[in-house]
Amino acid sequence: MLVWSRSGRALVWALFALVFAPLVLAPLAILGIAAFAGDWNSVLPASWTSENIREATAGTNYDSLVVSIETALGASLIAIVVGTWAAIAARGAPRFVRRLTDAVFHLPVAVPSVVVGLGMLVAFSDGPILLNGTKWIVIAAHAVLVVTFAYSTVSAGLDRTDAAFAEVAASLGASPARVLLRVRLPMLLPSITAAASLAIALSMGEVGATIMVYPAEWRTLPVSIFTLTDRGKVLLGSAVTVVLLVATLVVLMVVGLLKGRVEERRRRR
Amino acid sequence: MTATLTEPPIATKPTSAPVRERRGRGGATRALWVLPPLVLAAGFFLYPLALVVKQSFVDKNENVGLDVWRDVLNSPSFGDALWNTVKIAVLSTLGCLVVGFFLALVLSFVPFPGSRAVSRIVDTVLAFPSFLIALAFTFLYGTAGVVNAAADKLGLGEPLVGFLYSPWCVVLAEITFYTPFVMRPLLAAFALVPRERLDVAASLGAGPLRVIRQVLLPEAWPALAAGGSLTLLLTLNEFGIVLFIGAKDVTTLPMLVHAKGAVTFDYPGACVVAVVEVALSLTLYTVYRFVFSRTGAGRAGLVA
Repeated sequence: MLVWSRSGRALVWALFALVFAPLVLAPLAILGIAAFAGDWNSVLPASWTSENIREATAGTNYDSLVVSIETALGASLIAIVVGTWAAIAARGAPRFVRRLTDAVFHLPVAVPSVVVGLGMLVAFSDGPILLNGTKWIVIAAHAVLVVTFAYSTVSAGLDRTDAAFAEVAASLGASPARVLLRVRLPMLLPSITAAASLAIALSMGEVGATIMVYPAEWRTLPVSIFTLTDRGKVLLGSAVTVVLLVATLVVLMVVGLLKGRVEERRRRR
Repeated sequence: MTATLTEPPIATKPTSAPVRERRGRGGATRALWVLPPLVLAAGFFLYPLALVVKQSFVDKNENVGLDVWRDVLNSPSFGDALWNTVKIAVLSTLGCLVVGFFLALVLSFVPFPGSRAVSRIVDTVLAFPSFLIALAFTFLYGTAGVVNAAADKLGLGEPLVGFLYSPWCVVLAEITFYTPFVMRPLLAAFALVPRERLDVAASLGAGPLRVIRQVLLPEAWPALAAGGSLTLLLTLNEFGIVLFIGAKDVTTLPMLVHAKGAVTFDYPGACVVAVVEVALSLTLYTVYRFVFSRTGAGRAGLVA
């Protein structure tokens, strides 16, 4: 207990509400209101409508939603595979290789997303690998941006799991592949799904690198939202933002369900 | 005598000896397994970065030299952007530290019914895209926004005309978005402080402010340092918030990279700004990793 008197506590709580409400609650609430506002020129909207939400899930916005989900799933899958592989392989490698891998895979977090995008443009606009103008440049940029989180989450998971299980399995004669598939990966499943959820959430909301590299036919939802608000269509923009948040939550729930089913199947075996 | 003393440890480890031996022999092949992900990282991340550096020395007419650097560094827009970037990042980080410390303090030590729900909301904000806050701010603080409309109804005039397009609005938006990054390690650090220690301090006559200064601040220091330097790094690199608020006078380095690279297609110019930006954030990142490895505070719930 830090504040002992009842009046003191009330004062602290009032101050808390005074900071928390306008800073965190109001922005979140206001987007929900804006998404359903028909006409808004005063404190509260003059009329309500579901027209914006309908428009946000149709036509080009629907196309963008599909693009966003495909990009997030594709980039996260690549990031999870590469990140998990790097994290597990780095464990068995000599010390300096491990430190090098650590440094390389932590670095993208320190580089601004626009610079990652710019690098993609400079590197893949001509030459042997031509990605500019295709959807792959968007997916590659997203994968680079989220691989850090996949790597560090799985690394942290490896720190927590007991290496003795893998060693026991190996000493009982299990082949390295079997140890990996039956012991190490299942033990890492919670970290891997946590990493996947984080990667998907970040990728769904990514705007910096995407706006640098996206081709016209592969426009993600955040870029569409920016185009809308830039043209003054802020109410529709809010509706599309709400759609984006709901879609992200749904995808994350599906990931959670998949994890549950895999665990269930393993338990029955 | 010494022989019998050293014997037991050797005797208890016969089972692990073969495993260790196998590991020694497989060291080279195990190192090879790291190659595929490393090659991918090099090809899709390090190689493009290296090309960005190289491109900054080659102008549009393929002349190699420092001309692009000279042009960009001498342009007023670059100086403005650099100053804005640092100013906004430092002010936002200070704001996050103050607000985050206060909110974490109340949530940890003066809890109220519903404080768990508040912690949840704070965690959710971490997964949101940052531009969402900027978009919300246009409704709150815009010229025709809620705050101005409310003030007008109350007969106060419109106090916030122009606030949306000032650097202060960007700072406020970044404080909103990045405060959770400070709160998370702080909440974890506060959870480890024994409650008895506060009670003892209070029973000995220390007031709340003295308890904060002498008991809690020493415990919170590593978390504040780690959370603060991460926030400084992220606010230096922040793009979405500045883009969505769209104030013409508030240009930051990432905005300048975007303007040169994706709007006017001046790749060499964009690369110069990018190199400066990366140098700035890498310096900070090194400091952050240093603090992180010294205190371990980053493990308290931050991903990087």
